Amino acid sequence: MIRTHDSLIVQIIGRVLIPLIQLFGIYVLCFGQFGPGGGFVGGVIVGTSLVFSMLVFGLDSAWQRIIFRVIQGDGVGLLVFAGVGGLCLLAGGEFLNYTELPIPGLDAASRRFVGIFMAQLGVAIDVAVTALSIVLHLADSSRGYGASS
Amino acid sequence: MNVYANLSLVLLLILTAAGAILIKDLIGAVLVLGSYSFFLALLWAWLGAVDVAFTEAVVGAGLATVLFLLALFLTVPLEQKGQLPRGQWPAFVGLPLLGILLLYIAEDLPKFGDPLSPSNTHLAPDYLMHSLPATKTPNVVTSVLMDFRSLDTLIETAVIFTAGIATACLLRTSRHDSHTR
Repeated sequence: MIRTHDSLIVQIIGRVLIPLIQLFGIYVLCFGQFGPGGGFVGGVIVGTSLVFSMLVFGLDSAWQRIIFRVIQGDGVGLLVFAGVGGLCLLAGGEFLNYTELPIPGLDAASRRFVGIFMAQLGVAIDVAVTALSIVLHLADSSRGYGASS
Repeated sequence: MNVYANLSLVLLLILTAAGAILIKDLIGAVLVLGSYSFFLALLWAWLGAVDVAFTEAVVGAGLATVLFLLALFLTVPLEQKGQLPRGQWPAFVGLPLLGILLLYIAEDLPKFGDPLSPSNTHLAPDYLMHSLPATKTPNVVTSVLMDFRSLDTLIETAVIFTAGIATACLLRTSRHDSHTR
């Protein structure tokens, strides 16, 4: 179902816009501790930009191999989030108690700051990959009976 | 923004919600639903819930629209002559009564932004006081979601992960079919 878009305007606008959207998504992810936004929103923005590039440039471009490799890592984000909690557990604290993170040379508040950022990163990876995987599976399964619709 | 602009926003919200239900063309209904999410995000931003507004704009107007459209392309359009089911008079009587009841209850709710309301006196001052010194995070919403209540967020992330896995399992077999067809 998903092919390269015919219109040259859409392709050129997409080429300009997609890096900007991804940059904005990473900004929202990194700035989430100081302003509105955070891991969930940043992950959705990055995932949507990947979906956009898929719709504009098609699945049969060089993207395909990368994207099929990416959606295999659906659990990486959850693993990052739970891994931060597990690190706290290993260092002797409670699960997800970021003050016990084994990072030398930081006070407790800074350790919690780092822990929050790592958790947000995990949420962002999980959400982006899940959005991409759902869209890709929906588009891929319609390829079989695409002629009827 | 004054109250009248807010009121017009609420009216637009109701109009787009009704439009999304009443429009026959499904693709048009999906796009109207996206504009509904956008107006809802503006309303959240006006009420001061900026994080909620951001999420609503990105998820409701962005990602959900794409997912709905892809699901529409995936399904076969099946026209069916619908007729209203009989015996609807309990709804005509019951729903206005329910509305009157809800309006009556709404009188007793605390005023919007009241500093003495129970939700603003119970845990919120603790979070507001301890967010910056304990976690160096000025955005209290993020510190509540990711630190004070991080176990909830972990389970929510697991729910999203499960949704992705479930979709992959449901739609997985068709890829092998498309090679043989």
